[in-house]
Amino acid sequence: MAEYVNTLLFGFYPYLCLTVFLLGSYLRFERDQYSWRSGSSQLLRRRQLIWGSNLFHIGILVIFVGHFVGLLTPIAFFDWLGISHTAKQLMAMLIGGVAGFFCFIGMTMLIHRRLFDPRIRKTSSFGDIAVLLLLYTQLILGLASILVSLEHLDGSEMLRLMTWAQDIVMFRAGAADGVANVHIIFKLHLFLGMTLFLVFPFTRLVHAWSAPIWYLGRRGYQIVRRRGA
Amino acid sequence: MKIRAQIGMVLNLDKCIGCHTCSVTCKNVWTSREGMEYAWFNNVETKPGIGYPDEWENQDRHNGGWELTKGGKLRPKLGGKLSVLAKIFANPDLPEIDDYYEPFTFDYEHLHNAPEMKAPPTARPRSLLTGQRMEKIKAGPNWEDILGGEFASRSRDKNFEDIEKEIFGQFENTFMMYLPRLCEHCLNPTCVAACPSGAIYKREEDGIVLIDQDKCRGWRMCVSACPYKKIYYNWKSGKSEKCTFCYPRIEAGEPTVCSETCVGRIRYLGVLLYDADRIKEVASTPDEEGLYEAQLGIFLDPNDPKVIKQARKDGVPDAWLAAAKRSPVWKMAMDWRIAFPLHPEYRTLPMVWYVPPLSPIQAAAQRREIGLREGIPDVSELRIPVKYLANLLTAGDEAPVRRALERMLAMRAYMRSITVDGRVDERPVRAVGMKPSEVDEMYHIMAIANYEDRFVIPTSHREHAEDAYALRGGCGFSFGDGCAGTSSTSRLFGTPSDPSGFGGGRG
Repeated sequence: MAEYVNTLLFGFYPYLCLTVFLLGSYLRFERDQYSWRSGSSQLLRRRQLIWGSNLFHIGILVIFVGHFVGLLTPIAFFDWLGISHTAKQLMAMLIGGVAGFFCFIGMTMLIHRRLFDPRIRKTSSFGDIAVLLLLYTQLILGLASILVSLEHLDGSEMLRLMTWAQDIVMFRAGAADGVANVHIIFKLHLFLGMTLFLVFPFTRLVHAWSAPIWYLGRRGYQIVRRRGA
Repeated sequence: MKIRAQIGMVLNLDKCIGCHTCSVTCKNVWTSREGMEYAWFNNVETKPGIGYPDEWENQDRHNGGWELTKGGKLRPKLGGKLSVLAKIFANPDLPEIDDYYEPFTFDYEHLHNAPEMKAPPTARPRSLLTGQRMEKIKAGPNWEDILGGEFASRSRDKNFEDIEKEIFGQFENTFMMYLPRLCEHCLNPTCVAACPSGAIYKREEDGIVLIDQDKCRGWRMCVSACPYKKIYYNWKSGKSEKCTFCYPRIEAGEPTVCSETCVGRIRYLGVLLYDADRIKEVASTPDEEGLYEAQLGIFLDPNDPKVIKQARKDGVPDAWLAAAKRSPVWKMAMDWRIAFPLHPEYRTLPMVWYVPPLSPIQAAAQRREIGLREGIPDVSELRIPVKYLANLLTAGDEAPVRRALERMLAMRAYMRSITVDGRVDERPVRAVGMKPSEVDEMYHIMAIANYEDRFVIPTSHREHAEDAYALRGGCGFSFGDGCAGTSSTSRLFGTPSDPSGFGGGRG
């Protein structure tokens, strides 16, 4: 039974989440772009947002890039660079810990603002609040996993998680078996992480797709549209 | 040279009575929706005053418009592209809704349902953001109406710069005027420049600046970038919205709603031809006081055969060239030099222009000695200080404003000589460097102001640009969900329900 659940959660659930994430984002962008927005509430209340939002966003972007690179780069590449597994794990713990700390401060401010400022609370949708709390829980689980990692610095647990992530994106069978024995904190973190991908297209999180880096490459400043364009 | 045409607007402030019909009709058509209660695409302010939103003209506070870097390069006051992106998580230059006002309604139901009481029931205010009771309304869309509030607050008006303003706090020296404001549909808009998504654009065919509601992601840099604070963030939809210059009406050759309904007939709409290749150069004019003259230099004479030839080559339709020749905006801004851009020092090259208001000749009248020169009173004696108008309209250069006021006074003196004295006195007209025939036309357009003289708008020929057959039976404005409308509140992607017809292109 335990094995069945493990395969379901870490073998099949990832594909369900990724499919909904990609297809859902595409369909929303294609069919309902008017709803595609950051959903900023700064106009209504500036207090707590300047610090909260900056800390949260910078923190979570570092964490996101850290996970992306840390999980999906083949371990052979780190071996080739001469970075030991222990060193890589410590690096992940340090960068993730610092960014996570700032992100935690920022999110705490944002959640306090969203729940207890009457203006923000009244104008929030269910999704706005839910997605904040989901991210907050996930962040706390991630920070808690640092404590777990402290107990074994050999990088073996990290390696199992990396292998799992790479198995999933490479469509290798039996991915779930590799994480069957990791610490429960990691399992919860993985499950909630995948769930975030699942709800992504239905929330304001979609604005992450639209990070306007192309702006830096715009020639000149002005935009003129021709008729019929 | 690349010639483009734009529909510009002139507002004759000399005739504005501050009735707010423009604001109200605009509101009813465009912003009577949740999320936009606080937004007025057109509003009328009493000047002097800090305006709406608070101190919008104070760019030290709001950082709107453009600036020249030390090297003389043109850059948004918000900063270059990297600085703009650095503000994306939280924009320190964004006004809060309280800088406009917290939108409210009143408990009207209570007037119907109140039980028998000793005192008559009242409808108390309630916030439209939280639904909670508001004990005191602290601001509204026209909070300084007819010099409302104390002088100390109103005198923070930026246009008092270089003026000894204290004496205008005294009752005897008080002055006021109305300033109706809408989007300027600038030639060099900062909102477009600061939009990281590239959602805001200027239309090539008529110069109208629009926000693509599908492409807007709500990064809200445009709100800060616009020095006129004429872009509003819809807190419900999460998108920015602005004055559309009523483009569906303009396309059909009809005036905007604010112009159509203006009871004072102060608004004029007409075509201006300009050289699009010179925008950057003109906006980079080093001297702020030179910006007004520089902007005049970008407009092209619609009667010049060379201009007409080039305009045809650049795709300006003949109907537009014909309209440009009859344009009241060209006449007032270029021929007679009586209309001015609002705050040219913002370097946006605005396209909604203003005729400065005349005012009573107070001090001289008290001394019973009105100084006349060729039948024209001295404009320095006008109740509204010329410097104040110059700070508003020409970045502080008084000479052009003086000339405009004198020309309007000359027109009055000339017409009085004809209609009251029964003889034609051309001296005041000659004294201001005009011809009687010009002043006759000026009188016809400014005083009589017939509908067809005020609004010279060619239709837009959209049928050449798109397949009109595909649009048959369409829904016009929609939210990108076909003709379904937004009556359903539970949608898969949680679209904010909103019964307006705004946005969403895919009808």
